[in-house]
Amino acid sequence: MAEALDLSRFVERSENGNAHMTLAVEGVGCAGCIRKIETGLKKLAGVVDARLNFTQHRLAVEWRDAEIDAARIIETLKTLGYGAYPFAPELVEADEMRQAQWLLKCLAVAGFAAMNVMLLSISVWSGNVSDMTRETRDLFHWLSALIALPAAAYAGQPFFQSAWRVLRARQLNMDVPITVGVVLALGLSIYETATHAIHAYFDSAIMLLFFLLCGRYLDQAMRRKTRQFASNVASLKAEFAHRFSTEGELVRVPVSTLQSGDRILVRPGETVPADGIIIGGFSEIDQSLITGETVPRAVDAGAMVYAGSINYSGALSVEVTAAGTGTLVDEVERLLARVTLAKSDTVRLADRAARLYAPVVHATAALTAIGWLMAGASIHDAIVTAVAVLIITCPCAIALAIPAVQVVASGRLFRSGVILNSGDTIERLAEVDTVVFDKTGTLTLPEGVVEVGAIDPDLLERAARLALSSHHPLATALTKWARKRLPYPEAVEEAGRGVSALIDGEEARLGSASFCGLADQALAVPAHEGEASTICFGHAGRFARIPVRQRLRPDAVAVVNALAACGLNLVVLSGDRMAAVQAVAKRLSIRQWRAKLTPAEKIAAIESLKLQGHRVLMIGDGLNDAPALATASVSLSPITATHLAQARADALFVGDRLQPVLNAVLVSQQAKSLMRQNLALAVVYNALAVPIAVAGLVTPLIAAVAMSGSSLLVTLNALRARFGQAKAPSLSSDVSSSAAKAFKEMHGFDADCAVPPAVAADSRFERVLRA
Amino acid sequence: MNVLIYLVPMALLLGLIGLLGFMWTLKSGQYDDLDGAAVRILPDDDIEA
Repeated sequence: MAEALDLSRFVERSENGNAHMTLAVEGVGCAGCIRKIETGLKKLAGVVDARLNFTQHRLAVEWRDAEIDAARIIETLKTLGYGAYPFAPELVEADEMRQAQWLLKCLAVAGFAAMNVMLLSISVWSGNVSDMTRETRDLFHWLSALIALPAAAYAGQPFFQSAWRVLRARQLNMDVPITVGVVLALGLSIYETATHAIHAYFDSAIMLLFFLLCGRYLDQAMRRKTRQFASNVASLKAEFAHRFSTEGELVRVPVSTLQSGDRILVRPGETVPADGIIIGGFSEIDQSLITGETVPRAVDAGAMVYAGSINYSGALSVEVTAAGTGTLVDEVERLLARVTLAKSDTVRLADRAARLYAPVVHATAALTAIGWLMAGASIHDAIVTAVAVLIITCPCAIALAIPAVQVVASGRLFRSGVILNSGDTIERLAEVDTVVFDKTGTLTLPEGVVEVGAIDPDLLERAARLALSSHHPLATALTKWARKRLPYPEAVEEAGRGVSALIDGEEARLGSASFCGLADQALAVPAHEGEASTICFGHAGRFARIPVRQRLRPDAVAVVNALAACGLNLVVLSGDRMAAVQAVAKRLSIRQWRAKLTPAEKIAAIESLKLQGHRVLMIGDGLNDAPALATASVSLSPITATHLAQARADALFVGDRLQPVLNAVLVSQQAKSLMRQNLALAVVYNALAVPIAVAGLVTPLIAAVAMSGSSLLVTLNALRARFGQAKAPSLSSDVSSSAAKAFKEMHGFDADCAVPPAVAADSRFERVLRA
Repeated sequence: MNVLIYLVPMALLLGLIGLLGFMWTLKSGQYDDLDGAAVRILPDDDIEA
């Protein structure tokens, strides 16, 4: 199969004739890897530069186009032991990178200014109680202004711009009071300096900006990390397709470069890379990823196939059709568009707080000014006091209260295998009272699992080793049982039927019942008995029928029980057959389940739950789940999910176990209560500080101490989200093991690795929960 | 107190140099691969055996 590899879409060419490409690399784990990859590539004639980004697991290669090509570089990496996949950075990611750099610059400027202004301010404060002359104090105030004004103009941009945007849309967010506070504090300080007053507020304004920028940067860093990880996973998952070139030859191309009208070949055992119409060949395809239906469907020329289906038996020639013309995909897209429009009903906690907070603060300041005027104070004194109220209530602690918890909690979730797509996911997860599961690929593992049962281990070993030579998905499940991972020499695969080889001089066959000469018995037992599919093996007159069953995730029972114990209402909505769904629901003791649902019916089911006032967490992985994921209040997908489902989910979870789902719910609930505590702390701080300010007693020193103190308090409280809670004591040990695994996966990008069911851990987990 | 006339500008200048230094490190991409920098010092490939 020496097919040419066409990567032209990923290669950028610079003016000097050099070509450049970015690759996502898997298997990088240590310092040695960097050297091995970089020196290994630089040894190739024509490679100008190779640099591995160890943090992002991405490799940038530059080479002279005439001397070497991209496919050769990937080939070399493979011989070095690293899988590499061409990587096209998403626009969003580049955007966020720029945004992060900008925030960091603002942060640096604010930090520099805050330090220097503080230096001057402390001199003034100590000078005010000793022997500082008025001239020196004025000089220090003017110097502060010189530093603070340009610094605030630069570092305040993120807030000013955002405030201006929402004000134009006639709304309010946290940035509005921040902007008003900063601008007023600076303006007032200039006036005070010009009139030789004792106090100026430059330090308060600039420190406020510094603290707020810290929160904003951390928040952004969390989202960026998630996105980087997700897009690496996306390119590692990207498959290659076999495309017929115009001369009729086969060319290997990345799936993302396929265009409508291309003709592709889909071999048995491969995933259909794009939607299309079959123009030649016949086969059975498994559409479980798309519809949830686990029984393969027979297809031949003229039938539509959808990306994500698995081709079981025969080779198919497919003509790729433009996205959106397929009936099913079209339907899903239409439903998605409708659902996404209706989804802006959740208001983030921070914005809710801002909506309440801003009017209250501004009203208090106005009332203070009016009150002092009525009490006979001068206009100047009244305004100074009102501004002091604004400054001291500037939502420093409030603005930190929520991002700080989000950052800490999402870090903890990341370590336990949950990757968040957006920051407010945590808030929405915490409010969930109903969990809706999809079955195929969510409650069950994406791959089938062999039921060994009473099969003679010797026979099984031979079958499993023979299976190593097959591409069939059922055979792939069987290979896990091969103790010697050595395929038999000269094994022959007959497409759509099975593999055969000579073992100890006698022919062995693995495949369909008729292929193994079991035709009569096969009639008695249908190939899809209950929820299992069957694969047959025959050797030297002995036969075995090996059921390959969709198996529950190893800890599904424990996690589902734990979720039920948390008082959550559990529902299964599946596109699969009645019998299959019923069996799973029964094993998990979930009483509410529905089968044979179309995407639209799934949406309707979730919407009716929402109408009853439930907040729904949807967990699903298929194309048919994508609209349902978008409809639910919050959604989770396994990392093995289809691209469309991943894009719609609020969070992804890694690995074979369902534990991350429970972690996500528990950690979010804890985080939400910490957010509430933090808001309460901030409010208490204001309740104490505002009367002092209203009474006109605030000096800049008090403002600075109060502001930093409350920010510190809130941040320290947020750090508590790192630690577990008493609710599920056994969780800590369980989290640590799953965290170790998630780490391994994140660094090795081996999301599909098989893990033996941690039976001992699970039963202990169950015991503790029941106790 | 006349010493302030040149001490304060000097202090500011030093701070400004630090700020510009940081901007330079940011621009030259020194924060792009934080974990990589830590492990890249380990191999001794600059020492001739």
